[in-house]
Amino acid sequence: MNMPVGAPKDAIVVEGLVKRYGRGTLAVDGIDFRVPEGVTVGLLGGNGAGKTTTLALLLGLLIPTAGRITVLGHDMARDRFSALARMNFSSPYVALPQRLTVAENLRVYGHLYGVAALERRIADLAEELDLGEFLHRPAGQLSAGQKTRVALAKALINRPEVLLLDEPTASLDPDSADWVRGWLERYRAERRCAILLASHNMGEVERLCTDVLVLKKGRLVDRGSPGALIARYGREDLEEVFLDIARGRQAARVGV
Amino acid sequence: MNVTARRIWALLYRHFALYRRSWPRAAELIYYPVLQMLIWGFTARFIASHPVTSFSLAGSMLIGGVLLWEVALRSQMGVAVSFLEEIWSRNLGHLFVSPLRPSELVTGLIGVSFLRMIVGLIPAIALAWLLYAFDLFRIGPILVLFFANLMVMGWWVALAVVSLILRHGAGAETMAWAVLFGLTPFSAVFYPVSVLPVALRPVALALPSAHVFEGMRAVLLHGAVAWGEMGWAIGLNVIWTAGAMVLFARQFRAARVRGALISIGE
Repeated sequence: MNMPVGAPKDAIVVEGLVKRYGRGTLAVDGIDFRVPEGVTVGLLGGNGAGKTTTLALLLGLLIPTAGRITVLGHDMARDRFSALARMNFSSPYVALPQRLTVAENLRVYGHLYGVAALERRIADLAEELDLGEFLHRPAGQLSAGQKTRVALAKALINRPEVLLLDEPTASLDPDSADWVRGWLERYRAERRCAILLASHNMGEVERLCTDVLVLKKGRLVDRGSPGALIARYGREDLEEVFLDIARGRQAARVGV
Repeated sequence: MNVTARRIWALLYRHFALYRRSWPRAAELIYYPVLQMLIWGFTARFIASHPVTSFSLAGSMLIGGVLLWEVALRSQMGVAVSFLEEIWSRNLGHLFVSPLRPSELVTGLIGVSFLRMIVGLIPAIALAWLLYAFDLFRIGPILVLFFANLMVMGWWVALAVVSLILRHGAGAETMAWAVLFGLTPFSAVFYPVSVLPVALRPVALALPSAHVFEGMRAVLLHGAVAWGEMGWAIGLNVIWTAGAMVLFARQFRAARVRGALISIGE
């Protein structure tokens, strides 16, 4: 297929992805999607929909039962370490060592990702994400909001071209959350970073995402821009669309 | 520094920073080797006080056995406990989604283990010299081979323990302390293999440690290096290390199939 001149390249390509645990749970059931560079795509779904499994498959934490994942041109089945060096991940559910200071944690991950001029990079992140006040405090002594900012700093330490975010503004007050969203928008635009965002905050998804993938029981049940989804379901906002899908109401049945 | 060396350094730095900020962890490194030396050292001094030359030699072998066995124990625990630290801090998820290769992870853990072992052993060796006039270095240059074989044995046992943790989760963490203690009776640390029942001797002879301790006794009793025993120790270590590496690689892959890397702390 010829790509139109100037069209963004796909940073993430997922084809026929299936994940079954043993002979039991089918966590991901044959999904396909693409995330172009410079675009934020939202991954929505209720608990157990397959969002975490999808992120884990993209990060190489899981081996797919079937299907293929390509990140930045690297086949994750054969060459995942080349891709992992150019991507990063943030989740409030995965902690950083609590006894190490913020600076020490960033130093560890800076070395793991082979970041050049590491101390300069840490200083820049501290300034950009306003970490200076607690840069030399153990991570375990930080508030939930401060931890979220540190997790974001860790996720940005290697200037990733692909960023996977799981609830990036969880535990943040509305002002801080708004600031983080603004920061993510600027980072995506400046670095042409592809962002896959799993979130239960529909306002956040509406604001940040160009496209939305809706998962239910491991299957991709709908997709489109937030505006298109809202229009298709005849709703006021994405939260109502989410509830329609979660409760099994189809777009056609709600009068569209 | 190339990228592989930097990733290994990252792990060393992470554990150095941890010990710097946690004095109970740092104290624990020294506590057990020193405690063992005190208990067995005084026992050895009591035995050696008997006015017969062979009793004096038995005392030396006891202290030498305690010190050298600590090399294997500390090496094994150094790897296994450092891996468990990543589970306890819920940090494994970040490590495994970084470009850190499993081989680099293992190399880093071995590096941490080596430093932990040195920090733990130096006070115990000094104590043996100060309190009991036992100079471990009188064993001679062969001591380097004794140390190397026991360290390598500790590492492959630890790799097997880490594989068990990958297979069974953090519920298998007691293995980090239990496995090598369980091998102590068969390692002929304080007595020759010939003391064991005939049926158990093949078990002992399959362990590099039994050959190291037979070698240690040969040096202390006869002043002779038992090269045959050293050959067996090295050969067995090569075989067991290869086996542990295969086991680790398989369990790591199986963990990625089952999703254990996501829920390993449970």
